[in-house]
Amino acid sequence: MITVGRGRGRWRVGALLALPLTWLIVIYLLPLGLLFATAFASVDDFTGAVDWRFTLDNVTRLFTDPAYLRTTARTLGVAAAVTTLCAALAIPVSIFVARAVPARLRPLVIALLITPLWASYLVKVYAWRTMLNPGSGVVEWFLGGSPGFGWTAVVLTLTYLWLPYMILPVYVGISTIPESLLDASADLGAGAWRTFRSVVLPIIGPAVAAGSIFTFSLSLGDYITVQLVGGTSQMMGNVVYQSFSTNLPFAAAMAGLSVAIMIAYLLGMRRLGALDNL
Amino acid sequence: MSLSRPARLVLGLITVAVLAFIYVPLLVVVVNSFNTSLTFGWPPTGFTLEWWRAAGGNEGVRAALGISVVTALGASAVALVLGTLIALALTRHRFFGREAVSLLVLLPIALPGIVTGLALNAAFTDYLGGLTFVSLIVGHSTFCIVVIYNNAAARLRRMGGNLTEASADLGAGPWTTFALVTLPLMRNGLLAGAVLAFGLSFDEIIVTTFTAGPGVQTLPLWIFENLFRPQQAPIVNVVAAALVALSVVPIYLAQRLSGGATQARR
Amino acid sequence: MPVNVDLVPNYADIIESLKNQPWNSVDGVTYGIPHGRGANLLLYNAEAFPTPPDSWAAMWESDSDQAGKISPYDDAIYIADAAVYLMATQPDLGITNPYALDQTQFDAAIALLGQQKPLVGEYWGDFTKQASGLASGAITQAQGWQLTANFANADSEVVGTVKPKEGATGWSDTWMVAKDTEHINCAYKWLDHVASPKVQAQIAEYFGEAPANAKACDLTANPDHCDVYHATEEDFWTDVWYWTTPETACLDGREDIECVPYSQWVDAWTSLRSS
Repeated sequence: MITVGRGRGRWRVGALLALPLTWLIVIYLLPLGLLFATAFASVDDFTGAVDWRFTLDNVTRLFTDPAYLRTTARTLGVAAAVTTLCAALAIPVSIFVARAVPARLRPLVIALLITPLWASYLVKVYAWRTMLNPGSGVVEWFLGGSPGFGWTAVVLTLTYLWLPYMILPVYVGISTIPESLLDASADLGAGAWRTFRSVVLPIIGPAVAAGSIFTFSLSLGDYITVQLVGGTSQMMGNVVYQSFSTNLPFAAAMAGLSVAIMIAYLLGMRRLGALDNL
Repeated sequence: MSLSRPARLVLGLITVAVLAFIYVPLLVVVVNSFNTSLTFGWPPTGFTLEWWRAAGGNEGVRAALGISVVTALGASAVALVLGTLIALALTRHRFFGREAVSLLVLLPIALPGIVTGLALNAAFTDYLGGLTFVSLIVGHSTFCIVVIYNNAAARLRRMGGNLTEASADLGAGPWTTFALVTLPLMRNGLLAGAVLAFGLSFDEIIVTTFTAGPGVQTLPLWIFENLFRPQQAPIVNVVAAALVALSVVPIYLAQRLSGGATQARR
Repeated sequence: MPVNVDLVPNYADIIESLKNQPWNSVDGVTYGIPHGRGANLLLYNAEAFPTPPDSWAAMWESDSDQAGKISPYDDAIYIADAAVYLMATQPDLGITNPYALDQTQFDAAIALLGQQKPLVGEYWGDFTKQASGLASGAITQAQGWQLTANFANADSEVVGTVKPKEGATGWSDTWMVAKDTEHINCAYKWLDHVASPKVQAQIAEYFGEAPANAKACDLTANPDHCDVYHATEEDFWTDVWYWTTPETACLDGREDIECVPYSQWVDAWTSLRSS
């Protein structure tokens, strides 16, 4: 920490933050606030334009219509499932690469695991669509049957898409565990599994939490994947996308809900130390 | 911990399975880029190089590619400046609201894309001059900031204050210190962040849909439009296959550049 | 803003039945120039149906044998298609215009859509996606456009189209002029240009619709274009209900009761899709 007089330090902070904060506030925070304010507005019957009459209708509809409650619940379920699956796959893989792969090969293997990040999101989803296509897809050809389009397909595809986002922080987390810690655990008589449970897992907890921010958030707001492989399924993102041009206040309400969920999740993950591991 | 042989085997198998899981769909895409059939039924009906030839000459692809590259470069550049500024402020100083700022920086990427897209769209259509190429770059920069910030902040924290203090003791003003001491040390982290930001921007579709002006078509937008068109879909596969092949390089680079973070400490 | 049709010479050749309709005029004042029209037809996979179907029934009835393979339009306006089916199957509801639904009629339409939902494979928003679904057989029946069928049939005839006996919804596009337009002369020149036979022919063939200017039929590259799209066959259009924005003031002229406005159509549709 630079030890400068408080006066000068504060001035310096101001100078540094002036540009970025103005940017973020004007371009992002302000319209975000406006968007959420819109959730309490009404809509003109004929034109669909926003009518600034205060109303709680949109918010009440969100919480009383069973269709939307179901959608919210399903979306949360999908996000949780995807996060769990990603973690379940990322941890063993990271351990293997960090502990069993020779040091000089590690960047290559990691690169191999991360590379799909750059293959277009759309193409990946479309690839899964063609693979899962009942009747002519690869999955059907190999396994004799396909789950087809629906929630299984959605969870599968989303897990596929966001796995690299989980692998990265988890791998970094595992590879920074000091050798000495693990040696000490072994010296105390713990087998590999015990060491994993009692030493490794707690340490990479924050890393997993960090990765989960991406997998959870990206799943929560996704609407394209559902459209392409989800059949008739709908998630919160779809509701927002469908409503925003004809009923912006309602879309804003749904968007507001997803943001509230996400902020709660972020705060929760911050307590787990995730934000230092991004 | 040294892994026992059975543990090594199991983990190794899982890793191989995951690698297969990751690459089979991509392979399907690559194979389909040579598939004569237009409906991509499996197994492929024949082999042809026609689509690769067509893709090379396709104007839509080239224009979209150009726009994507320029957008990504622009967004990374802006994010570099803004992200570094924030990193410097947050790691070097304690002040009221520090936590809030670090949360704020995270929001554009942590909040669902559609929310960010709607907010940015509202900002531009309401008071920032409408949707154009600029609005697209501004939008992308906003969610790229955090990527740069993370890498820069990580570097700065590792660097500690000693070198900058020494520089100050030797009489260098803050700008000189930054240019001659801090920046060179941060360079790798910034580069790694820039590469990640570039990748993020290059592939982004949701915020792009809401912030690109009419006529501004990035590669993802082009792909989305042509995904199902029978005549164009094979070209989409070619583009995808090319992207996969090309992307190993920057990812590997980014890994090497931030290599310091992945060494096990003793 | 209202359009002065005297300033658009080509307006004279526009098909009469498209002029001064509820969707392009208010109280007899013309607000736009018709652009082209089309019907939302029943598309079917030719292999699954060697004899073309003649009714929408398979898309609506719970005992349909096409369960899981149908594809309706993913938009609130599709409620009108439910209303069209109800006009034929439940005449006691008294629906005379599928865009003028009072609360009872509207609820019946929503109930029908709820009945349809388990049968749906995919709601379509992208016609190219629907085309590939129809061609592969994953979708056997759908509500869609002639354009979609042409697309799917690019390599071989796999998709057929038919207007079922219950009728169908359709659309008639209109060019309008924004209220505070700076370049009003330019706007009028455009209106005239776009209504001219040659341009109408190009538009009709590019998009896959029936032109609004009958003279365009002699100028299409494909001489059968107008026949395929029934451009001048007025009988074809008698049971085609063009998309019109539903309003509280009933479009069928009823004054004793209020109709459900479009904003509620959207709300109901979003709720249906989320359930």
